[in-house]
Amino acid sequence: MAAVIDEEQVWHIAKLARLNLSDDEVQLFAGQLAEIFAYFRILDTVDTEGVEPLAHALAVTNVLREDEPADSLCSEKALANAPQREQGFFRVPKVLDQGSGT
Amino acid sequence: MININGLAVEPIIGLEIHVQLATRTKMWCGCKRAFGAEPNSRVCPVCLGLPGALPVMNRRAVELAVRTALALNCRTAGFTTWDRKSYYYPDLPKNYQISQYDRPLSYGGVFEFPFANRISRVRIIRAHLEEDAGKNVHDFPGCSAVDLNRAGTPLLEIVSEPELHSADQTREFAVQLHRLVRYLGVSEANMQEGQMRFEPNINLRILKDGEIYTTPIVEVKNLNSFRALHGAVACEITRQVEGWQETGVVATTGNKSNRGWDDEREATVAQREKEEAHDYRYFPDPDLVPLELDEAWVAELKEHMPELPIPRTERFISEYKVPASDAPALVDDRATADLLDQAAEFGGDKSTLAKHFLSFWARHANERGTPIADLGISSKHLAELARLQCEGTINATATAQVADQMIARVAHRFSGGGHESSSESEHPAEAKLSPRAIAEQLGVLQSRDEDQIATWVEQALASNQKAVQDAISNQKKLKAARGFLTGQVMTISGGQADPKMVGALIEEKLAEIGQSKV
Repeated sequence: MAAVIDEEQVWHIAKLARLNLSDDEVQLFAGQLAEIFAYFRILDTVDTEGVEPLAHALAVTNVLREDEPADSLCSEKALANAPQREQGFFRVPKVLDQGSGT
Repeated sequence: MININGLAVEPIIGLEIHVQLATRTKMWCGCKRAFGAEPNSRVCPVCLGLPGALPVMNRRAVELAVRTALALNCRTAGFTTWDRKSYYYPDLPKNYQISQYDRPLSYGGVFEFPFANRISRVRIIRAHLEEDAGKNVHDFPGCSAVDLNRAGTPLLEIVSEPELHSADQTREFAVQLHRLVRYLGVSEANMQEGQMRFEPNINLRILKDGEIYTTPIVEVKNLNSFRALHGAVACEITRQVEGWQETGVVATTGNKSNRGWDDEREATVAQREKEEAHDYRYFPDPDLVPLELDEAWVAELKEHMPELPIPRTERFISEYKVPASDAPALVDDRATADLLDQAAEFGGDKSTLAKHFLSFWARHANERGTPIADLGISSKHLAELARLQCEGTINATATAQVADQMIARVAHRFSGGGHESSSESEHPAEAKLSPRAIAEQLGVLQSRDEDQIATWVEQALASNQKAVQDAISNQKKLKAARGFLTGQVMTISGGQADPKMVGALIEEKLAEIGQSKV
């Protein structure tokens, strides 16, 4: 079976995931990922005609909570693991725009 | 089609709207939703994205989302699921946003609103639930700072079809939608606090020499005022015409771009494209099980839908006989519109009641910076005041005076002059606000005592013989003379005589005098 992942795709995914990979690593992972994908291809042999895609591994729905406030962490605790802080904020390298604008 | 630089141009505009839902807590955790709280004080392991923390859906957020979907005539999905939209940004602690990709909570709606003397009909592609990001702050030198209080706030994303065709129409759509979500109580939609944000997609169809050219689509990100929305759309229309004339570039797959809005320059500006930013690698969130919206649940939510602002405006125009231009002022604030409806239930002339709302009640509300509903005047007293004027018990001037007094007394009561009571009968403090009692105390009740009015009329006629002569001998002067005499009676009575009764009595007396002369 042909490789479904090449080095260019590994570069692309690494960039999206903010991973700094060396050329050697890219080559290594491309090979490994191709093997993994090939292995998954076994699933293609199963007849899924007329079978609904599964939305979740558990056959459970509607796990909801009431809109009742619970305690938050204090900002001291929230920032406890932050590498850098700035007056109650998480300090990060300078970003240019206003926000991710979800 | 409009004409720009000698070209026939049709703008094509779609809108994405983000609305923060008015829940008490966040979408997936019990942290309070709060604007302006101390940075990073409304956070917990779930909304900080700490390892091992598990999100749990907020029932209220789901219900508010469904309510909005129903008001937008959307179909609700019986089965809806959650997906992770992955991207790296400092304001996104998990490095993915929980959103809905291929099975949104609702879809296929339509929103109709009046615009330019017609009904605009804009289809809604989908309305789905997701979570807001935190906030990046740029107040410190050499770094950015992140406050995650907003992270995980329930957010409804509404996406329209590109069926708007001008900046004015786009703004009106946004204004109507803003009013709708406030009416439904699903969002405070405070624009300054970013609780409602707009992202228009804009491009143009340009007709030249029988050919149609389509310009590349531009999305303007994160607009949080109607003015910015209008400005951004208007600016893009001109800019894209000029751009096309210069370069001839038309839309192709992949040449859509993002721009921002510069409030000071009042122009859209190119945004640095985050490379491959659109590769979000959506995949199902294994932490959240699907949501089933069964018919009974949806039906129950449907049952509690209020009358929506646009049909209510139409009803007010016909029922309260208010001009179409004034109706929105009565409808915009739902509590005020409800109060008007409640006052009308006491009977009496609805048009007088509405006029009071539009005149002195609106003035008092403006002076206090509150809606009329928060003035503290009960529907019963609002109705009573309107009735007093309608019956002719007090005149228009006195009505406004009584209203002033009612307001003054409410203010006194709120400042500690009164006390709470739960008794069934009217509390003394309540009784003090009774328009009839106030009118009596002010001495502005109009006299309907026939003998008293007859005496005033006699006095007026006796001291104005010239007018009497004019009235009975000169048909041309009759009307003016009668008006003059009525005015004299009103003066003598100190404004207390019922003008209708005065008019009738003067007519009667003049007829008598006329008869005796023959």
